[in-house]
Amino acid sequence: MQEALRFLQPDAEAVDSAGYIEQARQARRGSAVLPRGLALTIRGLRKSFGNNEVLRGIDLHVPAGQFVAVVGRSGCGKSTLLRLIAGLDTFDAGSISFGEETRAEDVRVMFQEPRLLPWARVLSNVEVGLGRDRGSAGAGARAETALAEVGLDDKRDHWPAVLSGGQKQRVALARALVSHPRVLAFDEPLGALDALTRISMQRLLERVWHDQAFTAILVTHDVAEAVALADRVLVIEDGRIAHDIDVHLLRPRRRGAAELAALEGQILQTLLEGADDTSDL
Amino acid sequence: MSLIDSLPRVRALRLPRPDGLIQWILPLAIILVWQAACVGGLLSSRVLPAPSDVALAGWKLLLSGELIRNIGVSFWRASVGFAIGGGIGFSFGLANGLSQLSNKLTDTTLQMVRNIPHLALIPLVILWFGIDESAKLFLVALGVFFPIYLNTLHGIRTVDPQLIEMGRIYGMSNSELFRRVIFPGALPSIFVGVRFALGIMWLTLIVAETIAASSGLGYMAMQAREFMLIDVVVLSILIYALLGKLADSAARVLERLTLSWHPAFQKH
Repeated sequence: MQEALRFLQPDAEAVDSAGYIEQARQARRGSAVLPRGLALTIRGLRKSFGNNEVLRGIDLHVPAGQFVAVVGRSGCGKSTLLRLIAGLDTFDAGSISFGEETRAEDVRVMFQEPRLLPWARVLSNVEVGLGRDRGSAGAGARAETALAEVGLDDKRDHWPAVLSGGQKQRVALARALVSHPRVLAFDEPLGALDALTRISMQRLLERVWHDQAFTAILVTHDVAEAVALADRVLVIEDGRIAHDIDVHLLRPRRRGAAELAALEGQILQTLLEGADDTSDL
Repeated sequence: MSLIDSLPRVRALRLPRPDGLIQWILPLAIILVWQAACVGGLLSSRVLPAPSDVALAGWKLLLSGELIRNIGVSFWRASVGFAIGGGIGFSFGLANGLSQLSNKLTDTTLQMVRNIPHLALIPLVILWFGIDESAKLFLVALGVFFPIYLNTLHGIRTVDPQLIEMGRIYGMSNSELFRRVIFPGALPSIFVGVRFALGIMWLTLIVAETIAASSGLGYMAMQAREFMLIDVVVLSILIYALLGKLADSAARVLERLTLSWHPAFQKH
């Protein structure tokens, strides 16, 4: 608990200052070199494991730079969708395209487990994210910049084993960010964290998304998290997109605000109805 | 905050010294009781000579150069046998851990051979090699092979598949994946194998040198038995114990150096 609070403070400072998004936008305008997100188009995507058809025709267009959350009950195929987008698995039918030629470094994934190498110090764990540029002259400096971005530059020489769960996940985020990806896919990245750490991590995710302007796909079972972060929430039921909900709420969004709660309730209701239909509960 | 911070540091400063000495209290006590029993006449010097007599015998052998020569020979046999057997075991462990084909081809055969106690081969080995150096090296290598093979294989098999997937996602080539993920992940298990193998290495060498040798510590002990030099016999046994402990300590130091990332080896 104490640990979570301690690391909430610097984040809260950076994130909560009014107009931080405006600052981020100005910074982005200032330097034209920052990569921009890629648009994502999926058509008729199907995937089965054996006789079990997990995805039954997904059609989706995500404009460049949008933050999309994917929610659904467990086993609905949301994680499979994310793995296909990230290129971790092959699909049976359909297409996934980013509108232009992508390099491996353009699409990155962050998982529920940090998946850090326990035998590499924090900085070299971040360097892993550089892909082919690992070991190049500027690798160390780039990794340090990414670490600073998640507020862990003072932990560069630590072993992952001594970090808290939230800190490990922030190192994993730095590793995903270091190659300046244009699409970042999150598979329940905060699922294993305690409530406070989670809120502070959500703010961090929102901030780096604003700063780096990548397209974000967030798979989560937490509807409140989806509503707090995303521009758009997709509800997946039985391998199809059942609902596509735009979240027109200004950022930064206050946790516990009435509009957020109302939208969250609405989405939860649809999820529960879907559950009743298939009498799965 | 400052109190909590300072507590472990104070303990870290004071504890390690006695911690290092504490393990020697028992052996020292045993030697003292043993000496007292011999001096007091409880133990006949024909059953067990006093530690001082053993030390004296050691001193004489040291002066004559015989002790150093025999230790040298035994040490050489142990390390060369270990290097050969360990090297082959490690290679097979790697090959079978990384390649399904290699595993199917050789693992069953190796498991069958493993179930033969290698010391049971002594008569055969004497027939093959006589009491030559190669006989001892063969036995040590064979004994050392299996613990290293099995633990290397096990270590590679149990590397977290999520880490391997992570490495692939971040574009690691096969050799990079091995260097950065698989080998470091298998290392703790490999060290377990090495420490096991060191024990077997001394055991095998003692038996082999006692039965068929014309030099080395085991031979020195057997020679002494012929001439009823019980102090030299005891001396050889004690030297074996010391060498065994030394090898284990060396492995521990190596473990500490290479596994400093591991929570079990971190200083707090």
